Amino acid sequence: MRIVIAEDLALLREGLIRIFQANGFEVVDAVDNGPSLIRALTTHRPDVAVVDVRLPPTFTDEGLRAVIDVRKRIPGLPVVVLSQYVEQLYARELMSDRAGAVGYLLKDRVLDVGQFVAGVRQVAAGSTVMDPDVVGALLTHRSADPLLLELTPREHEVLTLMAQGRSNAAIAGRMFVSEKTVSKHSYNIFTKLGLEPSEDDNRRILAVLAYLEG
Amino acid sequence: MTHTGERHFPRGTPQSGERPAPGVAPRAGLAQRVSLLGWSLVLLLGAVLGFGLLTLWITSVTVVVLWVGIPLTLLSTVLVRWFADLHRQWAADRLGEPVARPYLPTPDGGWPMRLGAILRDPATWRDWAWLVANSITGWFTYGLSFLLFLCGVFYLAYPLLFALTPPQVFRTPLGNGFRLHSVQESFAMVPLGPVFLLLWYTTAERLANLSALVIRSLLAPTAQTQLRARVAQLAASRAETVDTQAGELRRIERDLHDGAQARLVSLGMSLGLAEQLLPDDPQAVQQLLAEARASTSSALAELRDLVRGIHPPVLADRGLDGALQALALANPIPTTVVTRLPGRLPAPVESAAYFVVAEALANAIKHAQARHIQITVEFTPHPGTTAGSLTMRVSDDGRGGARPDGGTGLRGIARRLAAFDGTLTADSPPGGPTEIRMSLPCASS
Repeated sequence: MRIVIAEDLALLREGLIRIFQANGFEVVDAVDNGPSLIRALTTHRPDVAVVDVRLPPTFTDEGLRAVIDVRKRIPGLPVVVLSQYVEQLYARELMSDRAGAVGYLLKDRVLDVGQFVAGVRQVAAGSTVMDPDVVGALLTHRSADPLLLELTPREHEVLTLMAQGRSNAAIAGRMFVSEKTVSKHSYNIFTKLGLEPSEDDNRRILAVLAYLEG
Repeated sequence: MTHTGERHFPRGTPQSGERPAPGVAPRAGLAQRVSLLGWSLVLLLGAVLGFGLLTLWITSVTVVVLWVGIPLTLLSTVLVRWFADLHRQWAADRLGEPVARPYLPTPDGGWPMRLGAILRDPATWRDWAWLVANSITGWFTYGLSFLLFLCGVFYLAYPLLFALTPPQVFRTPLGNGFRLHSVQESFAMVPLGPVFLLLWYTTAERLANLSALVIRSLLAPTAQTQLRARVAQLAASRAETVDTQAGELRRIERDLHDGAQARLVSLGMSLGLAEQLLPDDPQAVQQLLAEARASTSSALAELRDLVRGIHPPVLADRGLDGALQALALANPIPTTVVTRLPGRLPAPVESAAYFVVAEALANAIKHAQARHIQITVEFTPHPGTTAGSLTMRVSDDGRGGARPDGGTGLRGIARRLAAFDGTLTADSPPGGPTEIRMSLPCASS
């Protein structure tokens, strides 16, 4: 799997390269600023990119802007955005093109290497992966929603994991239940929230996130 | 003439927002001139009364040595100040802008102390000068206006006066060279009436404004007094800012020391131990590495919260507008944000504005039990400059009753704003809705 990495701090850039190489990725380019990232993504067309939000020259949300800009020209180019802070505002902007294949994660998630690499692979496969912090905030935001209150605790747990962008198989693994049970839960959730049930993981996640954003 | 002869002065605070712009008359035409006429009579009576007050004041100051003069002086000072305040109020209403009170705060203490402070206050002596000047200049401003009107009425009624008075008076209106012999002849004086009335009509407003200007020039604070007050205010706000800053730094230092630093130490320990155990106890090493990772996560989370408290990254990235949008998104109560900004503002202003809005919002969430909150931020440029003022309004439909002097929340915000010469006003009747208005002077960049 071909990957492009954008991170301005050399120490972290080297760390990311090492992690991905150890997990069988081919790092085609590792850049440290916004303009180079745009060039790297448009010339290499990688299977997935891992991008830090804050990049030179502006040291603001350069990485995020670059990614949104490139995805306008190459719709659905898989990108995982990393940040020291997750902002719902940025999550919303990343997903606004509804093309899926985006991830938005706290940098801390890299510490759990196995989980992080699995997330990057999911995004490469076209899924949306959201940081638990974003999802948690969305759920808090809708905490007074009468429809959400109708969910059982188990359904709530499934919804949370679903919103983070996990597949049915992954959710089943986390909750120690069969995949069939997860399917049943998710069908109930969609019925209760009045959403269109869908077998497509990515479409399902986008529907859930759109609902949570209210 | 609709004047009732009662002494009542206009009420209403000069700070109330509903006032005409300076120089714009609240009412036009005859009605307004008639009301001014009434006022000029009141002010003339006032000038006479003022002279009486002046006499009282001089008397009481001269008998201060006899002890009884002390309470008498205090009393007459209170009276003079009240009287001057009424005139300030009148001038403010005429000119459409408040006339500030120039008095220094009276110290707490015994009567002699207070008396000393009053006698040392230059404003006391300016009041005194004004009482003298007012009894003279008054005749040339509002007095003149009143006189013109009287002359007009007098000449209009001249034939009547001629008919009703004995043959010795009202026969030589223009001196001995011109004698009137009959009522018919006296009608020759009537045209002078409209001339005087026209003069009165055209000058009434100008003369009233002139008298307001005279009052303001004598009763408003001098430049020196204003500077002194400003310096005192700046010294106080600077002291507060320095204290707040020092407190913030102490808090950051403590948070770093007890949080992230301690966690990094424990992380180092776990790693050191793992290194030692690697050859003979891989099981324990695995456990230690998991602990080290947990420590790292916690340290990061703590640093994150700390940094957000210093300067939210989204504010650095997106400026005030984006930061407030992000703030509203993270809020459990539905919140709309409306901003009208020309672009990025200077960093200190941006940061101050963000934190005061965030605090006002937190306040509303904590106390108001609101269903909806609205944040409006607007930059109003001063004409012809790049500077302007930033107005921030946080309104909610909650239960109201927020007081700027009550809880610590709003007072803290007001203090933060004071460092930038900003202000806070709360409009929050019991039962709601609440609107917290904050303003910051700033230059747009």
